[in-house]
Amino acid sequence: MSEVLRLQYHISNSDFTRAGEASSDVKRKLKQMGVDPKVVRRVAIAMYEGEINMVIHAEGGQIEVIINKSEIKMILSDNGPGIPDIDKAMEEGYSTAPDNIRTLGFGAGMGLPNMKKYSDSLKIDTKIGVGTKVTMVVKM
Amino acid sequence: MTISDIVTVLDATLVSGQEFMAREVHSACGADMMSDVLAFVKDQSVLLTGLCNAQVIRTAEMMDMICIVFVRGKNPDKTMIELANARRIVLLTTEHRMFTACGLLYEHGLRGGAVT
Repeated sequence: MSEVLRLQYHISNSDFTRAGEASSDVKRKLKQMGVDPKVVRRVAIAMYEGEINMVIHAEGGQIEVIINKSEIKMILSDNGPGIPDIDKAMEEGYSTAPDNIRTLGFGAGMGLPNMKKYSDSLKIDTKIGVGTKVTMVVKM
Repeated sequence: MTISDIVTVLDATLVSGQEFMAREVHSACGADMMSDVLAFVKDQSVLLTGLCNAQVIRTAEMMDMICIVFVRGKNPDKTMIELANARRIVLLTTEHRMFTACGLLYEHGLRGGAVT
């Protein structure tokens, strides 16, 4: 599968207002490449939720986006606390986000369910105290 | 309904995006939780919210929304306005509360988008 483009982003933990810049950039680039708008939106939403999660739970991390002709792969890696119970975390409405995050409009327990909903595959590798790697694929 | 019609119905004030006032809108979504907004995917063109921070603009951007209405007289700051301008999103503010603002738009024919 020939790779068309590979993008890398460092997600900073310092400023919540900047969260979403990487997703915004990916969205713009995919649009410019003429990717189907429905695919672009699914990628944008899934990645944005992931990006927000990294800021809320893991103090930032790295995102790599690999675009090829048939699919878009997003790899989100952080050095955060890890997810103790993935099944629980996947439940709609379950959240461990602190209250200050709720006042910002997030922390409703919809992040991972939304990521699953908008991607064709979602894989979570997590280790307590080491970090979490989320791999999402959206097919063209 | 156009964005200009929304201004009339909600007695709203235009904050930014004057050049897009004639754009047609077909559905709306009212929420303060941005992840709830992101859970809807189809044709939401207007977001009504009581939340006022940069992530509201980002959420609208990800959803391809073209207009945000801040209820209860909330005013977006300079950073938010710049972000909205860059993304061609119209910002409005109304003194109405969320329930009333949604009700007025509904009464004038605006509906919620599909949930798939």
